[in-house]
Amino acid sequence: METKQIVYPGDRVDVDDLKPRNGMYENNSEYFSEYFGVVQKSEKFIDIAPFNSPYLPRANDKIIGKIMDIGATMWTVDINSPYYSLLHMNDTPWHVSSGDLGRYLNIGDYIYAKISVSNEIKESWLTLRDNGLKKLEVGRIISVKPPKVPRVIGKGGNMINLIKNETDTRVIVGQNGFIWIDGDVDNVNNAITAIKIVEKEAHIIGLTDRMSEYLKKLKGEN
Amino acid sequence: MESNIKLITDDGLRLDGRALNEMRPIKIQTGVVEKADGSAYIEWGANKIIAAVYVREAYPKHAQNIDRAIVKARYNMSGYSVEERKRPGPDRRTMEISKVVTEALESTIVLEKLPRAEVDVFIQVLEADAGTRIASLTTASVAVADAGVPMRDMVVGCTAGKAGGKIVLDLSKDEDNFGEADIPMAILPRTKKIVLLQLDGNVSQEEFDEATSMMMNAIPRISEIQRNALMSKYNVEEGE
Amino acid sequence: MPMDSNAVISEIRKNFMLESIKNGKRLDGRPLDEYREIKITENFIPKSAGSAMVELGNTKVVAGLKIEQGEPFDDTPDNGVMLLNIELLPMAFPTFESGPPSEQAIEYSRVVDRGIRESKMIDTSKLVIESGKNVWMIFVDIDVLNYDGNIIDACTLAAVTALKNAVIPGSKLGEKDFKLPVNATPVAVTMWKLGDELICDASLEEEQVSTGRITVTISEDNNIHAMQKGEIGEFSLEEIQKAIKTSSNIGNKLREKYFR
Repeated sequence: METKQIVYPGDRVDVDDLKPRNGMYENNSEYFSEYFGVVQKSEKFIDIAPFNSPYLPRANDKIIGKIMDIGATMWTVDINSPYYSLLHMNDTPWHVSSGDLGRYLNIGDYIYAKISVSNEIKESWLTLRDNGLKKLEVGRIISVKPPKVPRVIGKGGNMINLIKNETDTRVIVGQNGFIWIDGDVDNVNNAITAIKIVEKEAHIIGLTDRMSEYLKKLKGEN
Repeated sequence: MESNIKLITDDGLRLDGRALNEMRPIKIQTGVVEKADGSAYIEWGANKIIAAVYVREAYPKHAQNIDRAIVKARYNMSGYSVEERKRPGPDRRTMEISKVVTEALESTIVLEKLPRAEVDVFIQVLEADAGTRIASLTTASVAVADAGVPMRDMVVGCTAGKAGGKIVLDLSKDEDNFGEADIPMAILPRTKKIVLLQLDGNVSQEEFDEATSMMMNAIPRISEIQRNALMSKYNVEEGE
Repeated sequence: MPMDSNAVISEIRKNFMLESIKNGKRLDGRPLDEYREIKITENFIPKSAGSAMVELGNTKVVAGLKIEQGEPFDDTPDNGVMLLNIELLPMAFPTFESGPPSEQAIEYSRVVDRGIRESKMIDTSKLVIESGKNVWMIFVDIDVLNYDGNIIDACTLAAVTALKNAVIPGSKLGEKDFKLPVNATPVAVTMWKLGDELICDASLEEEQVSTGRITVTISEDNNIHAMQKGEIGEFSLEEIQKAIKTSSNIGNKLREKYFR
C-alpha cells in the first residue's frame, strides 16, 4: 500500500519522473509545497491537495451560490469564495426584464448554478440554463472546506448516496463546498452531522464503512 | 532603563531559572475562531495571542491589485493585556508592529495566486509578556497556512538579546525591560532568509552574531511546534 | 446583531426555521429555552486583576479587569468607578471593522454594565482611598473573539465571573491586596422573538431571523436590575412577563451551576 506524504508550506516535494501540477512552486529545478496538505500522485501528475483552501471559480463547476446583491441586469452571488460571481438575467430560464430581477431571485436566495466562464483574475459568470440547475426552494445550506468536497461525494458518489439513503434526505453538493440538504428536521441534522464527520476525518482509512455503521446506529436511536 | 536588577544569577542561570539558550514553553492550537477562514492561538510563556485570517475581494474595488493579493495584518492589544490598562485602538507602537508583521507575511504568501484579494490577518494580544510581535507572527503564519492561503514557506519568529552582560534567547519581561538589547527576528525556515529584524539596545558585532546563531538554532524547534499544531486539527493518519 | 450582506438569510430558510420553532424545536435540535454548552475558564489572563473566558457554543468572549487609582466623578466623591467596554473585534465576524466602537458594541456594553451596576454587585463605596480625590477604578474590558449570537449573556457571564475573582491591589498603597467585595450575582438572560415564540440563547442565524430581542437581568434577590428591548419589532405585555419568568428561572439555574 502506498503511503501518502503530508507536507507543509516550503517542504520539498519529490516529484520523481512525474509532472508537477497544482500546489507547488519551482526553485532551482526543485519543487516545494505551497500548502499544508497531502502529496497526490497519479500516473502522470503530482499535486499537493491542501487540507483547506479557498474556493477559486473554475469554468463548468456546478456550485451553490447565495444572492448578495441585485443590479439592473445582474445578480452578485456569493460562491463560498473570496471572489463574488455574477449571474446575468439572460443566463436564466426566465424572461427577466431589466430592473425587475428581485422578482425572480431575491437577496438571500440560494441557487444551484454552473460557472460558465472564469478568467485569470478570478472573475466569473454563472448560468442557470442547464439540466438540473435551479433556484433552491426549501431546505438548508451548510458549508464544508472546498478541498473536502471530493471526499463528501465519495468514489462514484458512494459516500453522499450512503448519507442520503440512511438519513432519508435530499442532498446537492456544490463543488464550491456549499451543500443543500432537505428533509425532516431530525433527518437533516443527522445528515449534517454525518457530512461534518466526513469533512473532519476525510483522511482516515475505511471512512465509508465507519460512516455506514455510524448512520445505522443513528437510525436505531431515532 | 537604569536598574540594579541582577539578570543572571551566580550559577549562570536567568531569573526565571532558564539557561541562556533556553526558550519559554510554546503551545499552538489551530481553528480557534470558527467564523474565520483560518486561525491559530499561541501561548508563548505567559503571552496569549490569537490570530484570525479572512480572505476576500479587496474593498473598495479601486483598492484591488489586479494581479495580486494585498496583505493586511493588524496587531491589537486587549485592555487587560498589559500591566497598565491599554486604551483600545492603535498607537504608534502597535502600528509599527502591524507593518513589520504584514511585510514579513507578504514575503512568503504567493500573492499572484489570489489576484484582487485581500488577506486580512487580525492579531489580538490577550496577554503580553515580552516578545509579542514575534509570537504574533509565528501564530499568524500558522493561521495563514490553516486558511489554505498559498505560501512559499512558513514564518518563524524568535528573539534574542543581551541581559546581565550575556547573550540570551527569548527574552523575559525583566530582560526586555532591564537588559541591554532586544533583537526580534523572523525567518523562512527553508531558505533561512530573514523577513523581520529589529534591534533595540547596545551589542557588539560579535554579540550580534552570537545572538543570531542562537536564534537560528531555535528556529527548527519552533517550526516543529507550528507543524504539530496544523497536524493535530486534522486527526491525520498516515498510510491511507 | 451583524445584519449585512454577509448575513442575509433567505425567506425559505427563515420559514424553515420558523416552522421548526413553532413545533418546539430549533434547527440544532435544542428546545426553545435551552442554552448551548457553556464553558467558563476562570483566571484566563493571570496578569489581570480578574478574568474569564466564556464559550457559549461557538460564541467566544474574554473579560479582563484592570484596577487602577483615579479621581472619582464629581457627583459621586465617595464611590469608586467601574467602566465596562465591549469590543466586537474584527476577527469575530467577517464584516466587523477596526476603528471606533459601533452602535451595536455600545448598546451591548451599556446593557451588560447596567445589569452589574444596578444589581449593586459591586459596593463602590468600599473602593474609596481618599474622599473626592482618589478611588479605585475598575476597568472591565470584554473582547468578542468569535460571534455566534447572544453576546449580552456571554459578556455578562464573563464580566461577573471576572469581578467575582477580582483582587484590589491594596499593596500599591502599602496595604494588603483584598478581594473585591461582591454582593450579588446578576445573570442576563436574553430572549428573541421568532414567529410567536420566545427563544433563549439565539445563535447568530436565529438572531438574524428574529423580530425582536429582550434582555432581562435578574439577581438572586429575584428583582429585575436591567431590561433592554432591542431591534425593531414588538412584544406584548404577556410576552414581557413571560420573558421575566424565563429569565428568573434560567438565572437561578445558571447561578446554581456556575456561581455557587
